[in-house]
Parts: sequence; structure tokens; C-alpha cells
Amino acid sequence: MTTAAITPHVTDYKTAGAYTGQKGIWSWLTTVDHKRIGKLYLFTALFFFMVGGLEAVVIRAQLGGPNRSLVSAEFYNQLFTMHGTTMVFLAIMPLSAAFFNFLIPLQIGARDVAFPRLNAFSYWVYLFGGIFITVPIFFALAPNGGWFGYTPLTTKAYSPGINIDFWVIGLLILGVSSLAAAFNFLTTIINLRAPGMTLMRMPMFTWMSFVVQFLLVLAFPVITIALVFLLFDRFFGTNFYTVTAGGDPLLWQHLFWIFGHPEVYILVLPAFGLVSELLPTYSQKPLFGYAVVVYSGILIGFLGFGVWAHHMFAVGMGPVADTVFSLTTMLIAIPTGVKIFNWIATVAQGKLKFTTAMLFALGLISLFTIGGISGIMHSSPPANLQQTDTYFIVAHFHYVLFGGSIMGIFGGIYHYFPKMFGRLMHEGLGKIHFWLTFIAMNLTFFPMHYAGLLGMPRRIYTYDANQGWDLFNAISTGGAYLLGVAIIVFIWNFLSSMKRGAIAGPNPWNAPTLEWSIPSPPPEYNFAQTPEVHSRYPMWDQRASDVDHPKVNLTEGKSPEQMGIIMPYNTIKPLVVALGLVVMFSGLIASRDPATGGSKPVLWVMFAGAAVMIGALYSWLLSPLEPEHHAH
Amino acid sequence: MHYTATGLDNRKIAIWAFIGSECMLFMSLISTYLIYKGKSVVGPFPHEAWTDPMTGRVFHGILDIPVTSASTFVLLMSSLFMVLALAAVQNKHVPKHTTGDRILGSSRLWLFMTALAGTTFLGFQAFEFTSFVHEGLTIRRNLFGSTFFTLTGFHGAHVTAGVLWLLTLLAIDFKRGLTAADEMVVDMCALYWHFVDVVWIAIFTLIYLIR
Repeated sequence: MTTAAITPHVTDYKTAGAYTGQKGIWSWLTTVDHKRIGKLYLFTALFFFMVGGLEAVVIRAQLGGPNRSLVSAEFYNQLFTMHGTTMVFLAIMPLSAAFFNFLIPLQIGARDVAFPRLNAFSYWVYLFGGIFITVPIFFALAPNGGWFGYTPLTTKAYSPGINIDFWVIGLLILGVSSLAAAFNFLTTIINLRAPGMTLMRMPMFTWMSFVVQFLLVLAFPVITIALVFLLFDRFFGTNFYTVTAGGDPLLWQHLFWIFGHPEVYILVLPAFGLVSELLPTYSQKPLFGYAVVVYSGILIGFLGFGVWAHHMFAVGMGPVADTVFSLTTMLIAIPTGVKIFNWIATVAQGKLKFTTAMLFALGLISLFTIGGISGIMHSSPPANLQQTDTYFIVAHFHYVLFGGSIMGIFGGIYHYFPKMFGRLMHEGLGKIHFWLTFIAMNLTFFPMHYAGLLGMPRRIYTYDANQGWDLFNAISTGGAYLLGVAIIVFIWNFLSSMKRGAIAGPNPWNAPTLEWSIPSPPPEYNFAQTPEVHSRYPMWDQRASDVDHPKVNLTEGKSPEQMGIIMPYNTIKPLVVALGLVVMFSGLIASRDPATGGSKPVLWVMFAGAAVMIGALYSWLLSPLEPEHHAH
Repeated sequence: MHYTATGLDNRKIAIWAFIGSECMLFMSLISTYLIYKGKSVVGPFPHEAWTDPMTGRVFHGILDIPVTSASTFVLLMSSLFMVLALAAVQNKHVPKHTTGDRILGSSRLWLFMTALAGTTFLGFQAFEFTSFVHEGLTIRRNLFGSTFFTLTGFHGAHVTAGVLWLLTLLAIDFKRGLTAADEMVVDMCALYWHFVDVVWIAIFTLIYLIR
């Protein structure tokens, strides 16, 4: 293998007269370009990440000492519910979607995703759905039944207010977005790979995203149905979760976790994919055991559907069910452990470059491993019964989701920022951000292990002094404040680097995959000429015939017209369809029922929304995606 | 068509992914029905009679298997019509010599027949729902009512969407004539339609036939 890099082709893309892409608000509202939609996802998801983070800071302020009364018990319920819901559905999933959008077509050598307009639709549904579910907290009407929404607590009998209605309908809306995106990316990865890009030559991020799309396609219908049952129970008086009518209180838990456990891998596998790109790049050697990493990713996805009841050991399913789910859960540690050893072996004896992105990748390995080990601890039912619903669990899943997903995503942002914006993020600030995050993260979540083992339950809004929890909670709260500081450093770095960062050039890290063969930021058409792929690391293993392609593709500052490339039309229709959909769902909530305090459907709102949605959908489907191709 | 890695049209892969997702949707609905089978506290029940202890009113098993067998037959026939409609679109360019050729080759006829059969099925379902409500089974009445109306209602909504799709294709066919270029859209509609039919076979067997 040769590691000779392509000659750096550093050009300031703001050279006078050069084509710098479309401009203006309207161009963003009507865009169908996967790269711009990726950026929209990134900005929106970072915004919601800060909203969720702010909720966490208030939670920690309330819990910083015993018997505090910063917020009421009722508002505390809304805070922890919205913190979980926001981080899972509005922050981490869309942050992953930002990378799916931006990276997958570039990594497989495609011009765009398979269905560019559907892609825009997914984003707008996500944005409107996110606003729909977030706004109520400003009126103290936010969902308050936990992100898992267990019945019968969330049924009308026990939660008569409007709060849970927002949650049920909001998640149904967000499900539409996730499913539409999943069909799109599944098709993109299967069908739009450049010639020579066989499955086993795909970059690891694309591979892990591929697995995630299967999980989304198969897991989201299940929660959709669980939510529809709850919706019907609340609005039409059905009995799915009514125990007095013979309903099983565990039905919701089963349906929710059949979705919920694959969801955990939906949250973490994209981050695994990202570090599998970062570690080889900053070690300057190929990923150790590529095929095994692929297979273990598939196995994690597959087993992920067979472990859901380990969230339910405490409900008394009996020894057989407990044993089976305990064993499958322990089994899933094997492919996960395999990945971790592969990453370590990738780094071993490499030419390491400790960039910010690399630090975050290494941070993921160490922190995720801690979360994985505590995960193994609760896979054993007897231990689980002691730990369940305590802060030990909170510590575990924050090591997995913050230490895993968020660390990987931050690493991905530092790594791919130059590809997205053409400029490098500031490394000094980046390292301050990393160390603050790493230290604060451990300060916040590590003491929760102790508080939990000492019996501190989850979801309590306050506690009495002298139960041995005070010190651990004080440390956690200090850590949470420090995390807030870390995020401010990150946002400052992000925004200032967009304007003033050093010009990056096409491949600042000497990374091996296809997305680095084109300019930064890439032109609208990505690849002027469809690349041909001969290996997993085209930028490292160049053959004479390959070298030409990147050169052809380094055509900065030319518009699609100048290149003679046909691009899809911009269109507002996906946005209108998304708006109609969300208005239609809002009709369910549009009026408050004075009898129960809950919501009452308003039919004309629903019909108006449906009419807009269907009209715009027909108009969209009957209009062509792009100008007709003329034979040259 | 653009170059694709598999040689298949993007839309073909997307519709299969969609159908995979729909399988999980109906599996969740059907599983819930089966889990709650026999768990209703009050009648009416699907097969067994039930006497209301308060009023002494007797509710007979509510499912009418002969009528639903007829609607099932109509729906299954619609799949045959769908096959003929797709074949007619695919063979648009083949010259038609006899009246038989022209009938078999009429995409308008077979799209219409498919939509008609689908609508007939929906008519049966509307009749069934109405008569159940008259007999005292509503969606609120008991677990059977909740699971039955939700499951079959979801299926009916899928049939309705399919009928709308077929009528849209029919309108296009009348407006400008479907050509070989439209084959993929008709193919997708056909896959969806057959899937909805197959789901009905599962529902009919599990809910109506098995006691």
C-alpha cells in the first residue's frame, strides 16, 4: 500500500468570480441537495441538543442539594421527560441523520440520495415535529410521563391533561420523518454505489448507517402501532391499555422496547461508524479486521431485536423469559467487544495524530467501554433487580449515549467540518472543548453509579439530606455546569470557524475514502465524473487509472451548468406536504376539552391539513425531479 | 434510467423496503389481536355467544364467515386483475390482433376492475362495521372491539390508499395513456396491492377462520 497523498489542491473557494453555490433563504427552503439538507439537520439538531442540555442543567440544579425547590415536582416531570425525548429523537438521531445526509452519497460516489425530494420532506417533518413537541414546555404543558411513556400512567385515567397528547402525536410525526429517511438511505446505499464500490469496499460509516436503516425500517412501525393504540385509548376510548377491561399493562412495555432496544443501536451505531473512519485516518493505517467489524455491526443489529425484555426484568416475566433475555443480552456484548478490540488494534503501532477528532474517538472507546461494562452488570436479572430505576441505570445509559453517541458525533463534526464548510475548526479551542467535555462528563455521570448503588431512585424531583447521596449529587451538578461551559466553547468554535477557520483543502487529514477526493466544500454535483473504485481506501491505494478521477473531480468554482451536469429542480413542495401533515396531526390537539383538561380534535383543522398535504403531494409526484436529459 | 449498482430501479428497492416496514406494522397489530384474544371482560365475542348478566341479552358470535368469505374472494380476484393491468401496461407496444388481445391488453379495463374490486371489498367492510355496531360491538365496547376495529380498520385504510393510487393511474391512463415508461409506477402499485391482499389472507385466517 502506498500512502502518497494526492497533491494538496488548496484553493480559496471564495476566489472572485468562482461559483459558490446557491444563496438566500428561499434556496434553503426549497433545497433538495443532500449536503445542504445535511447542514440543516446539523444546525437544527445542535439547537435541540442545546435545548435538551438546558433542560438537563435545570434538572441538575434542582438536584444539586437536598430539598431544593427550584422547580415544582410537576415541572420536574416535564423536564426529565423532555430531556430524554429531546436528546433521543431531536438531537442524537438527527445528528446522525446529518451525517447520513452529508456523507453517504459522498462516500459511495453518488450525485445525491435516491429520492432528493423525499429527503427534504424528512427534514421538514423533523423540524415541524420537533417544534410541535418542544413548544409546550414554555407553557408548562410539556409531556410528563417519561420518554418511555409507560402505560397505564400515560392513559387518560392517570394523565388526563394535554401534555401526553403532545408526546404521542409528536412522536408519530417524528416517526414519519425517520421512516421516510430510512427508505431513502436504504435505497441509496443499495443502489447508488459507484462502479467498483462493492459492499465490502464500503466505508465503515456507510456500513454502520446501512445497518441502522434496517433497524429504523423494522423498529419504527412497532412504536407507531404502540402510539396509535395509546392515541386511540386517549381520544376514542378504546381499551388497549385499560387494565379493568382486561388489557395487559405489559403490552405497551413490550411494544415500546421492541422498538426501544433497536433504537439504542440506532443511536450508537452511526457513532461507531464515525470513529471507524476517524481512527484509521489519524493512525494512518487501515481499520483492523474490516470484515469482522462489518459482521459484528450486522450481528449487533440482528441481536438488538432479541433483547428488549431486559428493560423489563423487574416486572416479573418469570425465570424462563428472564434467562433467555439475559443470555441474549450477554451475547450482544461479544460483537460490541469485538469492535472495541478492532479499534484498539487499529490504533496500535499507527502513526498517531492527536487531533481533536482523534481525541473524541479515543474518548468514545474508553467511555463507551465503561457504559458497556455496567450494561453487562444489569444483564444479570438478580443484579438488575437491585439496580433498576436507580441512578446506576442513569449513569449506565449516559456513558453509552453521551460517552458513545455524543463523543463519536463530536469527533465526526471536527473531522468532517472542513468537508462541510471548507474550513478547519480551531484545534486549540477544540482541545479545550474535548478535555472540558471528557472531565465534565465523568464528573457528571460517574458519581451517579455510587448514588444509584446507595439506592437513589431515578425521576425523583428532590431528596432528603443524609442518605449518603448529597456529595455525589453535588459533584454531578458541578459536572453538568462544566458540560454547559464545554458546549459554549464548542459553539463558539463552530461558528467562528465557519467564518474564519483556516482553508482546509480537499483532504486535510490525508483520509482514505472517496469523499476526500473532491473539493471542500463539495460542488453541488459532488463528483464531476463518477469515480471508479478499486479498493476500500481509494485515496491511499491509488492505481494509475484512479489518479485521474480525483483530478477531474477537483474542479472548484464551476456551476453545474458550466460542467454540463443536470441537477434536480429546487422545490417547496416537500416543505408544504410536511406542513400539511403536521397541521393535520395538530388538529387532534387543537382544542382543549374543558371536561378532562385534555385535548379535543378539531375536524376542520385536520381536514385543512390533509387537503394541503394531499394536494401538494399530488403536485410533487406529478412534477419531474429534474430537467429532461437531452442527447448531446 | 440512470446507472444503478444493482441494475434495479431505485423505486423498486424503496417499495420493497416500505413493504418490509409494513410487515412489522401489521405484525404488531395482529400480535396484539392474538394476545388479547379471549381476554375481553364483556361480549360480544368473535365466535362464542355471550349473555349479558345485567340485562339477560344474548349476543351471538359476531363474525359472519360466509359474508366475509365473499369479500375475501373479491379481494383475491382483484390481485388477478392487478396482474392483468400490469401485463397490459408492459405489453403496450405489442400489436393487438383479436378482440381477446384488445380486452386483455386494456390497462384501463383492468385498472378499473382492480379499483372496483377494492371498492367492493371496502363496501363489504363498511357493511360489516355498521352491522357490528348495531349488534353492540363498538371500538370501545371491549378488547375484541378495540383490537378488531383497529386491525381491520388499518387494513381498510391501506386498501383505500391502494384504490386512490389505482384511480390516479386510471386517470393518467385516460388523460395521456400509460406507456412502457410508466411500467415501474404500475409495478410498485401492484406490489403494494398484492401485499395488502396477502395481509388480508393472514387476517382472514387468524381472525375469522381459526376459533
